[in-house]
Amino acid sequence: MASEKRVRFKSGWLPYALIFPQLLITIVFFFWPAGQALIQSLLVEDAFGASTEFVWFDNFRELFNDQNYLASFKVTAIFSVLVAGIGLTVSLVLAAFADRVLRGATFYKTLLIWPYAVAPAIAAVLWLFLFNPTLGILAHWMRGFGIAWNPLLDGDDALIMVVIAAVWKQISYNFLFFLAGLQSIPKSLIEAAAIDGAGPVKRFATIVFPLLSPTTFFLLVVNIVYAFFDTFGIIDASTSGGPAKATEILVYKVYADGFKGLDLGGSAAQSVILMAIVVTLTVVQFRYVERKVQY
Amino acid sequence: MSTPESTSARAATPRGPWLILMNLLPDAWRTRVPEGMVENRPLLSLVSHVVLAIGIAIVALPLYVTFVASTQTAEQVLNAPMSLLPGTHLIDNYTAVLTHGAGEASAPVGRMMLNSLVTALIIAFGKIVISLLSAFAIVYFRFPFRGLAFWMIFVTLMLPVEVRILPTYKVVSDLHMINTYAGLTVPLIASATATFLFRQFFLTIPDELAEAARIDGAGPMRFFFDVVVPLSRPNIAALFVILFIYGWNQYLWPLLITTDEEMYTTVIGIKRMISGGDAATDWNLVMATAMLAMLPPALVVLLMQKWFVKGLVDSEK
Repeated sequence: MASEKRVRFKSGWLPYALIFPQLLITIVFFFWPAGQALIQSLLVEDAFGASTEFVWFDNFRELFNDQNYLASFKVTAIFSVLVAGIGLTVSLVLAAFADRVLRGATFYKTLLIWPYAVAPAIAAVLWLFLFNPTLGILAHWMRGFGIAWNPLLDGDDALIMVVIAAVWKQISYNFLFFLAGLQSIPKSLIEAAAIDGAGPVKRFATIVFPLLSPTTFFLLVVNIVYAFFDTFGIIDASTSGGPAKATEILVYKVYADGFKGLDLGGSAAQSVILMAIVVTLTVVQFRYVERKVQY
Repeated sequence: MSTPESTSARAATPRGPWLILMNLLPDAWRTRVPEGMVENRPLLSLVSHVVLAIGIAIVALPLYVTFVASTQTAEQVLNAPMSLLPGTHLIDNYTAVLTHGAGEASAPVGRMMLNSLVTALIIAFGKIVISLLSAFAIVYFRFPFRGLAFWMIFVTLMLPVEVRILPTYKVVSDLHMINTYAGLTVPLIASATATFLFRQFFLTIPDELAEAARIDGAGPMRFFFDVVVPLSRPNIAALFVILFIYGWNQYLWPLLITTDEEMYTTVIGIKRMISGGDAATDWNLVMATAMLAMLPPALVVLLMQKWFVKGLVDSEK
């Protein structure tokens, strides 16, 4: 596909007028605040905002010496690996089976895409209710099996709960993309393998899964971005980062330190680090998209 | 992304002569080897259905329990384990939250839903309109700084609101947009994704159309409204579904921007309802509110399912 038009309109001012609203919003609400965050990350301000001092990278140095921040990094890493790993595995299994059963595939698809419409914060409230140690139905069943369970007091339990809520919310999305990927694999390849005597498991391992790798990689990046940024609502509505910061992921810490703790410099430095992470992930994603066009 | 077109691609896959012959067989015979299936393995088919049923049960469990809880009294819900059969207070609970809300500091949920609806609609239409306009400018005109403008829109992808919470809040508060619909929506309206999507699509519009329009003396805006926008309708519908859900489900931004309960969106309202702790929370009313919060986006997904899938796939290209 061409990336340029041969036929164009001529007007001195019109294109600027057309693009103006988008650029205005971009500058006022994206570039200006991002620039502010960059500047602020190099400053220290006293609690009353009366004096500010330029401190170079002290805020960053302080962050990386701060046990709480390093702990938050670790929580984020564990959280996103679990969310992406479990989410992709479960969705791939469901999609592989849904791809097999042509009869009723639409029916299953319709029932599985529901959670996409649910807000992360609402998903959190639903699972919080199910896992609530005093009145949750799941907590009750778990007690029946002799499992001690209290996500309001136990950090590991809380982390498990937010991971489940995050995975649940993201299953639909992964499922739809895996199903589309599976359905675009030429049937003739599968048939040829079947004629050569490869069973369903072997066909999946040697043909389907490798051919699906572009979809899998794409979803991996999307899920990591999701776990890093879009799960803010899940954390805030269910655990608020607790108990004892056990579920305080990086995005939540920026909010907690900046908005509740009023540590402007530290919060801004965290913002800058997060920006660097987003930029990296976006570059990885686009690199991959380009590779895939050739493929 | 080349994953899309899935379902139609499959229907168009040429099948072997054997399968074409199969189509001539009576229906009763044909069901033995369903079309498209590589081989008949009844046990594997059974396992497939069982696994999918379990998957759906897990996906549906929270939704079902929420619904059940929303039909019971507060005492029934607190009496663990609560019954898993619907209670008799469906109408009472829903009327109560819609008109009074739940808890002390709560606006009526009807009001919150109105806020959510206005927010979601402004965000969805706003994003679509400004993206249509800027994509049109980028594709159909050549002007100085075009590359810069394109790049600036692209970079917004890398600046999600989560990473610039405080400074963005400060801008909005300096502009006196706290507790207004403008504050809830305008900062979220810039959209690199929608602009790219429309740009990609405009590039596929045959040049002959623009040439014909020019020869007929139609100006660019006439061409935009009479040709480009009507041709973009499927893309607009697909984007609308995704953006409506995006707008309705916003959390972090309304959390910062709304301090007046009259301006709470439904999602924020629920968070405020449960922040008092177990004893102070009327879970049956919270769950009724949760059902109401999920209903509009779920309806949009179900009623516009075709557009929804297209939108999801397109917006990730």
